[in-house]
Amino acid sequence: MNPAVGLNLQGPIAGGGTGRAMDLFITIVIDGLEFSSYLFIVSVGLTLIFGVMKILNVAHGNFYAWGAYSAAYLIGVWSESGFSDISTFAMIPVATIGVGVVLGVILERTLLRHMYHRDEVVIVLATFATFLILEDILLLTFGVDPYFAYQPMVALDAVEIGGIIRDVYKLTMIGLAIGIGVVLWFVLTQTKWGRLLTAVIYDREMATTMGVDVSMVYLVTFVIGAMLGALGGAYIAPTVSVAPGFGIDVIVLSFAVVVIGGMGSIPGAVIGALAVGMARATAVHQFPEVELFVVFVVMAVVLVFRPEGLFAPAKARKI
Amino acid sequence: MKALGRLFTVAAAAAAIGGLAAPAVAKDTIKVAVPSFLSGPAAGPFGVPSRNGAEMVIDAINSGKLPAPYNTKGFAGAVAEPDFIDEAGGNTKQVAEYRNLVQKRDMDVIIGYISSGSCAALAPVVEELKRLTVFAVCGTPRIFEESSRNYVFRTMAHATADSVAAAHYVAKMFPDVKSYTGINQNYAWGQDSWRDFSLAMGHLMPDAKASDKLQFPKIFAGQYGSEISALSLDKSELVHSSFWDGDLEGFIFQATPRGLFKRKKVVFTVGGTAAYRLGKKLPDGLILGARGPYGILVRDRKTALNEWFVNTYKDRYGTYPSGPAYQYGQAVLATKIAYDKAAEAAGGFPTQDQVIAAFKGMEFESFSTTVKMALAGGHQAITEHVYGITKWNDEDAEPGAVDIQFFPAECVMPPDGQSSVEWIEGGMKGAKC
Amino acid sequence: MDRTRDLTMPGLIVGLGFCAIAGITFLPDWLVNILTISFARALAVVGLMVLWRTGLVSFGHALYYGLGAYTVAILAKEFGITEFFISVPIAILVSATLGFLLGFIIRRYREIFFAMLSLAFSMVLYGVLVKTEVLGSTDGFNVPSPSFLGMRSEDEVVNDKILYVVLCFVGMGVALAVHRYLKSTLGSLTTAIRDNEIRVEYLGFSVAWAIHVKYVMSAALAGLGGAMLSLTLGQVDPDSMVNWPVSGELVFVTILSGPGSVAAPFIGSVIFELIRTYAFEWLPHAWQLIVGGTLLLIIFFLPDGVWSLVRKLAPRKEA
Repeated sequence: MNPAVGLNLQGPIAGGGTGRAMDLFITIVIDGLEFSSYLFIVSVGLTLIFGVMKILNVAHGNFYAWGAYSAAYLIGVWSESGFSDISTFAMIPVATIGVGVVLGVILERTLLRHMYHRDEVVIVLATFATFLILEDILLLTFGVDPYFAYQPMVALDAVEIGGIIRDVYKLTMIGLAIGIGVVLWFVLTQTKWGRLLTAVIYDREMATTMGVDVSMVYLVTFVIGAMLGALGGAYIAPTVSVAPGFGIDVIVLSFAVVVIGGMGSIPGAVIGALAVGMARATAVHQFPEVELFVVFVVMAVVLVFRPEGLFAPAKARKI
Repeated sequence: MKALGRLFTVAAAAAAIGGLAAPAVAKDTIKVAVPSFLSGPAAGPFGVPSRNGAEMVIDAINSGKLPAPYNTKGFAGAVAEPDFIDEAGGNTKQVAEYRNLVQKRDMDVIIGYISSGSCAALAPVVEELKRLTVFAVCGTPRIFEESSRNYVFRTMAHATADSVAAAHYVAKMFPDVKSYTGINQNYAWGQDSWRDFSLAMGHLMPDAKASDKLQFPKIFAGQYGSEISALSLDKSELVHSSFWDGDLEGFIFQATPRGLFKRKKVVFTVGGTAAYRLGKKLPDGLILGARGPYGILVRDRKTALNEWFVNTYKDRYGTYPSGPAYQYGQAVLATKIAYDKAAEAAGGFPTQDQVIAAFKGMEFESFSTTVKMALAGGHQAITEHVYGITKWNDEDAEPGAVDIQFFPAECVMPPDGQSSVEWIEGGMKGAKC
Repeated sequence: MDRTRDLTMPGLIVGLGFCAIAGITFLPDWLVNILTISFARALAVVGLMVLWRTGLVSFGHALYYGLGAYTVAILAKEFGITEFFISVPIAILVSATLGFLLGFIIRRYREIFFAMLSLAFSMVLYGVLVKTEVLGSTDGFNVPSPSFLGMRSEDEVVNDKILYVVLCFVGMGVALAVHRYLKSTLGSLTTAIRDNEIRVEYLGFSVAWAIHVKYVMSAALAGLGGAMLSLTLGQVDPDSMVNWPVSGELVFVTILSGPGSVAAPFIGSVIFELIRTYAFEWLPHAWQLIVGGTLLLIIFFLPDGVWSLVRKLAPRKEA
């Protein structure tokens, strides 16, 4: 190991006064919240699909990547047509809904619908195959040159918090995550559709007998999950260089979040995102050496002690 | 099993037919494999310009249209048939693919490879399969330092030059810097770059202190929010970064609105590739390297070769050539020169051994600079090195660079026979600056 | 079923024996190279197949694959041990030991949780390797070709052939041993466990123990496969040996091969390597598409893998 990369437990607190310590604390919290929000948005769709359909969808990474590419492409075209920077925001929901509906419907209707009776693990593999295919189609569609879509980020400017400058765009992501969480909570617990969904989750056969159109419930769920994945990509697109391989890392990351929180649990996704996001932010500021595998250490530890995640409902053993 | 046996027989027969080509007979064509990143995050900034640079120079050589003195047709008269292949997918896969290139597809020469990982993995395989291979871009000094090579050449300076020249540039232009930190990708390239830079700084600016909070995010991480916060809170005045590919561009995008480049001086040792791609979005005042005298830093050199390279490239691909385009073009050119030289000595189409003998220790004028195959028994090139500072050119509405400083090859590369880390650690003795 | 058993042993001996002889007599070098890579991977796949028959799929066996590869590589690099008959057994031992220890945790899990926990463990090793500079970080390092009982040729091509022939015999030995194990009482519990665990326990067998044994076995085999692969390629690095797509690839070949016979992984692995090689040569921009498409086709039309085709070719030999 490089001697210059030694572990330092004192941190900048030792060098500065309480003001610096406070700044550092505020910075870690905001960094953590920003990253947690991002993680929540990209993983909530995955957990929703798993909760309802019992499918661990590797192709979630495709929704994310397609969302990002479409948004970046549309923002570029829109901006070049002479519209203002702020109006490019409209392209994010356009990309989200477009990608979510198109890919969601195609995948559910042509592929997954024929697989519900198969082994869970075989379905995972089918989505892995889909992932490989869609990854190449993405490359063939958009080419290998990265896309830049900075306009929405530029439009929102920057503010100073805790001694450092932050861009407002990233901060809005925290609001978006909270918004998505609240809407999902409301729909799932306070509406008729939510209760219908609970019935399907609880016992699919019984729900069918009671006259619930399970096939439709699955389709709608899958499309919403796909849209959430696409939204994650579309919303992050303005802050990054949208390049090939964009959806790969996010798969493992969102799996980790979902597994930590408990697969299929929305509150679990919140907790999982916060755990990973905060752990990573703390690592970057205090122990940059461990940044890389902190996520998987958290995941392994949680799994060892709570195999079904922090929030998973108990399951009966069938004899 | 029977079907499998039949498959083997068919495949074996096919291979036997394909594998009969014998060397040393005069050839009309040579098969050239050109690997570079055609997929993955490095494709846009590196792979595509590399491929274009190689393609353009190969086409010009095939038709004899390079400027003098290289206006003879072909490689020792033979027309090159290039095959552009993908370098993505990990080193082990590249090793397997390389074996296919030589054993199955019988390439005459392989010119390319961007990643240090690919090159380090391939060097021993090249020696085993005994096929001329010219590394175009990859940086690690390990290639020739861990073992001597007979069939491997590298036609640009290795990574040591990038870090040492960066330290020289900082010492010369910003002698008041008191402290510095770094953000580098968490893998061999990033770790080596930082090590060399901090070691060189220790000798050239002994009073400047390195930070103890170094950032090593995962390669292709894409998002650097927390890292930018940490760098902003760090008291160091200067930040060193060897970021490349999409990470470099993403980092610049995320750091610009957060004022990082206004608060800190930032050295990007491979920043040159981002210049044309970001255009107006590239902030002024970044210290930029291009892994040698290539790309934006030498765009205005008025030599016939350089003007041909810049203009032809711009006409054909619609953008100025960045570093990797130059570097692949240079590797192709070096191969042609070696073939021609060997043919002249042999009085006919040369064997591979004759080409290698000609290649060793060769010195030639490349598009933007003079290349000397001076190290590792004539297998490793040295060139001058250059850094500059970004400045948007309002007149021509294109990115440009100011405060450009050149450092001679003997200043930034170790002398022959010495390992680069030992050389830097020992205070860079014998450097002629 | 009885007649099938009769055929497996002679089939394996003749098949792999033929491959060994063909390799040193008339097969071109590149094909021998593909066969070597394929057979090395097949060893790991045999282990995964044993788990699969129990209904368990690991998305993290690259952990042991990589561990075996790195063990052999480190023995050569740090200790100068390049003797095949020392370093490969040590690699197996190291992988089996880790498998034994993690087995205590992992044997409690099933289905997707088993898969995910495996993934988490493998990603921790990945993180550690990427951080470890003395092991070349992401670049990895070279592995010298081994000696066999102290003998080594100056000509690397000869060494490659020797390694290939040894691998054929190792493969033969492993396949026969696993075949016998699957016919034993503990081995034949596999399918029973998949169908109904609790019933198996009522019969007086410890399911946890049975799974633990299989897990250790698969870990040892993955370690062996990884060790052989690193010797074949002369190179180790985390992305090609430990990262999650490697695990995915192993599972892919398992599905492609089918659970029908211990011979299947050898055939499946060769087919996979050929598909990949030709897809890469003919369609360098879309080879993932070909690989993914093949996987989908297998899942839908050959759920029991290519082995079911082999069976169809010889229908009369079975009762």
